[in-house]
Amino acid sequence: MKLNATQAVNWMIKTNEKIQKQSDYLSQLDRDIGDGDHGINMARGFQAVEDTLSNEEFAEVSDVLKKTATTIMSKVGGAAGPLYGTAFQKMAMTSKGTEVDSETFSNMVEAAVEGLKQRGKSEEGEKTMIDVWSPLHDALKETSEFDGEKIREIAHSSMESTKDMVATKGRAAYLKERSKGHLDPGSVSSYYVFEALSETLEKG
Amino acid sequence: MAQVGIILVSHSEKLTEGIQSLLEEVVGDVSVQTAGGNEEGQIGTSLDKIQNAMKNVGEAGALVFYDLGSAQMNAEMAIEMLELEHVHLSDAPIVEGAYLAAVEASVGKSVNDIRESLKNEFGKE
Repeated sequence: MKLNATQAVNWMIKTNEKIQKQSDYLSQLDRDIGDGDHGINMARGFQAVEDTLSNEEFAEVSDVLKKTATTIMSKVGGAAGPLYGTAFQKMAMTSKGTEVDSETFSNMVEAAVEGLKQRGKSEEGEKTMIDVWSPLHDALKETSEFDGEKIREIAHSSMESTKDMVATKGRAAYLKERSKGHLDPGSVSSYYVFEALSETLEKG
Repeated sequence: MAQVGIILVSHSEKLTEGIQSLLEEVVGDVSVQTAGGNEEGQIGTSLDKIQNAMKNVGEAGALVFYDLGSAQMNAEMAIEMLELEHVHLSDAPIVEGAYLAAVEASVGKSVNDIRESLKNEFGKE
């Protein structure tokens, strides 16, 4: 894969389209096992991302992701704000000054996973967005060259796998066993992020 | 010597205002900054609000108390972004912890002494 700054902007715009469309669904998932504000928070934040990115020129992918990170941090709210903000900030730092190819992207996702674990004080298997980001990194680091479809497939199966997990972090943790059978909202929104990336890589 | 400040970060504006007036009433001479609710004043947290509350910390430093998950994450992020070395996040319960810290700050204890007291009282800094 290769990703340039224009594509990175398109990636975020496509992510926003999906989040806007699925905002009610995300909030519904969050009402089941959380506090019900994930859809509305993400919709507000990513709309701000699209508005900000559309009005600026960017020299490299890192700049796009950095702007995305700071916008998310101040506009998303809820737990998703600091978590997504940290993920994009780490990806921006890792891609600074380099072309984004398969290897760089794998490193970017790795840094994002580390950031998410540190910020959320969480690990894999705790029914959080880490359960989409971390398996994705595991798969990416084993392949030297991959495309959008592969990214989408892994993100999708990882998202589905959160259904059977028991939450031990966040509001859902209070529900323990009852959180089983529900998809984790943060994993679903993470899937939209990677589905949008996949489409950007496939269609430009 | 300048006093250690107290910063309250909560999902609710009313909660931070309530604790602030409690501390000011009971303890008196103490600086309490608040960042409650999101930007519209509704339930939530706002990184910008938290950063604002941290802006006027004096050289004695400050202790930050939070209520729930995202308040903690946003407060951590604000401290990192502003590179505030003498501002510390406390994991103590927001009301009891802030009360203890306010009492000690009002008698001029240092930020590290107060962290030690919090640790002794609540088992966490």
